[in-house]
Amino acid sequence: MALAKAPSAPAAVPAAAATGPRRRLGVRVGEQNGHPREWIWGYLMILPLVAGLACFYLWPIAQSCYYSFTTWGVFGGQQWVGLANYRAFLSDPQLPKAAWNTVLYSLLMLLAIPFSIVLAALLNQLRGRHVGLYRTLYFLPVVSMPAAVAMVWRWLYNGDYGLINYLLSLVGVHGPHWVSDPRFTVYAMAVVGIWSSLGYNMIIFSAGLKGIPRHYYEAAELDGAGRVRQFFSITLPLLSPSIFFVSVLTVIGGLQMFDTVLMMLGRANPALAGSKTIAYLFYEDVFLDNRQGMGCAIAVVLMAVLLVLTAVQFRLQKKWVHYE
Amino acid sequence: MSSPQISGQRLGGRRLGGQRLGGQRLWPVHVVLAIGAAAMIAPFFWQLLTSLQSPAQATSVPPDFVPGWRWSNYSEVFTSMPFLRQFLNTVLITVVRVAAQLLFCSMAAYAFARLRFPGRNTIFVLLLAVLMVPSQVYLLPQYQILMHLGLLNTLTGIVLPGLFSAFGTFMLRQFFLSLPLDVEEAARLDGAGPVRIFWSVMLPLARPGLISLGVLTVLWSWNDLLWPLVVANDANQMPLSVGLATLQGEHSTDYPVLMAGSLLASLPMILLFIMAQRRITEGIAFTGSK
Repeated sequence: MALAKAPSAPAAVPAAAATGPRRRLGVRVGEQNGHPREWIWGYLMILPLVAGLACFYLWPIAQSCYYSFTTWGVFGGQQWVGLANYRAFLSDPQLPKAAWNTVLYSLLMLLAIPFSIVLAALLNQLRGRHVGLYRTLYFLPVVSMPAAVAMVWRWLYNGDYGLINYLLSLVGVHGPHWVSDPRFTVYAMAVVGIWSSLGYNMIIFSAGLKGIPRHYYEAAELDGAGRVRQFFSITLPLLSPSIFFVSVLTVIGGLQMFDTVLMMLGRANPALAGSKTIAYLFYEDVFLDNRQGMGCAIAVVLMAVLLVLTAVQFRLQKKWVHYE
Repeated sequence: MSSPQISGQRLGGRRLGGQRLGGQRLWPVHVVLAIGAAAMIAPFFWQLLTSLQSPAQATSVPPDFVPGWRWSNYSEVFTSMPFLRQFLNTVLITVVRVAAQLLFCSMAAYAFARLRFPGRNTIFVLLLAVLMVPSQVYLLPQYQILMHLGLLNTLTGIVLPGLFSAFGTFMLRQFFLSLPLDVEEAARLDGAGPVRIFWSVMLPLARPGLISLGVLTVLWSWNDLLWPLVVANDANQMPLSVGLATLQGEHSTDYPVLMAGSLLASLPMILLFIMAQRRITEGIAFTGSK
């Protein structure tokens, strides 16, 4: 992509002309694969990273896939059991609830997108010091430690002494026990998720909005299009690459939701049974219940779902994402 | 540039008095943004308020909005968890991860962007696969590796997998690709080898990209929970995120102390963000534009 821009760039710099057209594109004609000396340096420079990623990521991924077909003995050692873990996972009575919670959470998280677009669009109307101030305030939740954030919200949600139920009582609503009643936990966690991600999304959208050429709006204004019309026929279509990026990230993050369940609900919570997510089931199987094979099967299924979903999103993007 | 000359009005938003293009006033924008901002920071105020109250004050109905100035909640954080030790652990983990990622990722990213060697693209695509895989998939085998190395419950163990990052490599490679070729070519003509060019020409040019990656890594590392939770059991080997989880386990109803601890744990990142706001937002905007 960046290489495509190169031919015009050196033209502006006289010195570059001296190097001749032969090298301009960085693809030196006649030595397509580089000099063997360049090979050696190339390999040496990628070596530490490739070795690290291979040891700590690529090989483990392969191992987990293998483990998902095994069961673990008490004293270590794996026994091949074929698809038994997958069957057990699919018939796990906890699965439907956990899958639903995970999907519901991810869908609710997507609600952050329209909010952050509107906020970013408003923020882009301003200039000067205010912008930095607002941006800081909206971004604070993003930089706060999720473990700490979960603790604060657990307190805000407290059924008896929490701020939220107090505020609700002011308008005559008797608030529930948000984090210990399984009917509300997923929504309560989604609110925390949205609160934590608004600032991040806003920055992406804000950058996307700045990339929209001003003259589109000026032309629209001359044609008599109002602000709302401009928003829907210029801003949204031209922002669609950012919307696409954020929605892919949101779904990927949402489907892996774990921290909030552990920190805001806690293991001793009576509502936990009805509030587990897929990633929590994984954690429980592998690190609490010694069912490593089963946990790996969950992880592999999660990976497959994510890959398929991302592929589908990329396929669908052709229908609604406009790249200039 | 290509737009017609409405120059007088084009920067209208910058004028004082809230006048903008089309004569709309900015105060409704401020109202909406301010209400949103209030909702964003209300939890922090509540956290701060509670952290200065006695348990009785914190659990009074209706809530007591007067801070009790009970600073002892903060000192209690230091006695009920090895806060200082865990703070230093977190700093150490973060510094090592950032330094290693910057070094390893930038070296590899430069090679992937500019050097040519057989198998380059295949290897790069293989590494990108890591980006697509949820962390649950490699968690257990990583844990086993540490167990075999005898590194469970050590800072080294916590740090180890995070020294390498596929994301960082991808990001810096994009950055290197966006840099002009001519400086590099000039250095090459002067007889500089790949390492010289990388170290003394390209790295300085890539500074914005390196800072962005560094800042994002700091944030990620400071807040990371699942991995250290799994690896560290000993309170002295934990980072703050896991320390807070244990504190919550032990003081589950002492909200003033919990609020004081959570505030102290988040504070360094909040301060960092306020100081480096532009870098962080630029870094995030950069990842958003691929």
